[in-house]
Amino acid sequence: MRRLWIGLTYIVFGLLLIVPVVRIAAGAWEEGWRGFAAGLTRPEALHALMMTGIIAVAVTLINTLFGVMLAVYLVRAKWLRPQLKRLLNSIVDLPFAVSPIIGGLMIVLLLGPETTLGALLGRMGVDIVYALPGMLIATLFVTFPLVIREVMPVLQEIGTQQEEAAHMLGAYPWTTFWRVTWPSIRWSVVYGVVLTVSRCLGEFGAVLVVSGNILFKTQTATTLVYQDVENFNLTEANSVALVLAAASIGLLLFMEWAKSRNSAGRHG
Amino acid sequence: MTNMLRSRWWSWGFRSAVMLYFVLLIVFPILGIYGQSLSDGWNAFVHNLTEPIAWKAVMLTVKLALIATAVNVLIGTMAAWVLIRYRFPGRSFLNSLVDLPFALPTAVVGLMILLLLGPRSWVGQGAEQLGFTILFHEPAIVVAMVFVTFPFVIRAIQPLLEELDPSEEEASYTLGASKAKTFFRVILPSMVPGIVSGAMLVFSRSLAEFGAVVLVAGNIPAKTLVASVYIFGEIESDNPAGAAAVSVLLLTFSFVILWIVNYMQTRRTNG
Repeated sequence: MRRLWIGLTYIVFGLLLIVPVVRIAAGAWEEGWRGFAAGLTRPEALHALMMTGIIAVAVTLINTLFGVMLAVYLVRAKWLRPQLKRLLNSIVDLPFAVSPIIGGLMIVLLLGPETTLGALLGRMGVDIVYALPGMLIATLFVTFPLVIREVMPVLQEIGTQQEEAAHMLGAYPWTTFWRVTWPSIRWSVVYGVVLTVSRCLGEFGAVLVVSGNILFKTQTATTLVYQDVENFNLTEANSVALVLAAASIGLLLFMEWAKSRNSAGRHG
Repeated sequence: MTNMLRSRWWSWGFRSAVMLYFVLLIVFPILGIYGQSLSDGWNAFVHNLTEPIAWKAVMLTVKLALIATAVNVLIGTMAAWVLIRYRFPGRSFLNSLVDLPFALPTAVVGLMILLLLGPRSWVGQGAEQLGFTILFHEPAIVVAMVFVTFPFVIRAIQPLLEELDPSEEEASYTLGASKAKTFFRVILPSMVPGIVSGAMLVFSRSLAEFGAVVLVAGNIPAKTLVASVYIFGEIESDNPAGAAAVSVLLLTFSFVILWIVNYMQTRRTNG
């Protein structure tokens, strides 16, 4: 019985998870190292990877900063009434429930060239939709809950005693944060950052809608893969996809390593 | 005194900036889409929704999402059970693999399925000989949905199984119950909350999935066009009202599911 279940689990994992990853790696090497390198060093692929990199760096910085502050407020702030806190807390998760396509649509509806706000900004020379700012907003929206959801439980768990002690001893709020709170939430922030980076690299639906997928302008790595597949350039698509897959698997492994290291440290 | 004043101004500034960011980035767009879809009145909203292609896309998505949910409940329950209860070589490796579908970009997932099940692959050829095609048809969409939602059920059940008090199980055995009876009367009931909330997350995510599905579904209206791809098509063909109507329906679905899951979780941790 036991053998049967373990065997079945191996089969499910193998067919569903391992075979597809191996297949994409094999696909990228179908025409050897040259095919892979050629697919990757195409000017459009380099530009797309650069766009993805810019978005990942900017979005991670902004959402880490705001995410940590919002998590601190939602757990600690005395100026927010508990009911309001609960409401805000449930709103934080909403981007998880929104289809990425719909997230993109929201931004087009609010800031697109046909809306009042978009037209106003357009006249001032700022393009939001079909340009980098819109793609940043879309990715910010999609990755918003990640840091907050990692940091909040830790803040709740560590309690307020140490922070109150620091305050009583006359420390400024900033000093208290950096010397007392930060060291205990540091690793959860790292987890949140890793998840955010990984989601930025992989975000597709929202960015596709908002960017318009314009070659050499707003095309990101994932939307390039999409376009390559639509044009039946499967080998080229494979090489970019392999890079994305390798990056996300690398981040996943880093996360596993950090988590096991930290839990081992706590018990030992 | 000036120092204190300055620090108060600073903290007030931070608070307003963070709250403003929150409201502008999250609340505003969601209210905006509800407003937009109802801006031409209720009748226009219903009209956009009952358009045959839109309605068929929604029904197809619901049907396929239900199938994907059933598949994932079965294999997820099994995998969670095996990963928690049995010790075997490769267990921790499989356990880390569970999160892979969340980490992989959905467009990459779509490409993987395309390569694996396509007409040139042996799976595709085998299916062809049996008389049906997978790629660009409903089975491929279900596979894509199952893949991207794979971790939900497992991750929802695992903590429950870890918490389960072994003495309850032992009591059941001592009282003479068989293995199967113990499983169905003692262990399964304690897994049910996890199965239910995992299944709801699978369903909600399957309704919303776009990246993996758009590459492997044929996107033929009324046949293999799912709701998210329909929305994308309407945006591309400059019909935001039609896109917004279907979006609002999907969003309301997902929000209700999310709130139920959150409610169940808080009740469990508090109770």
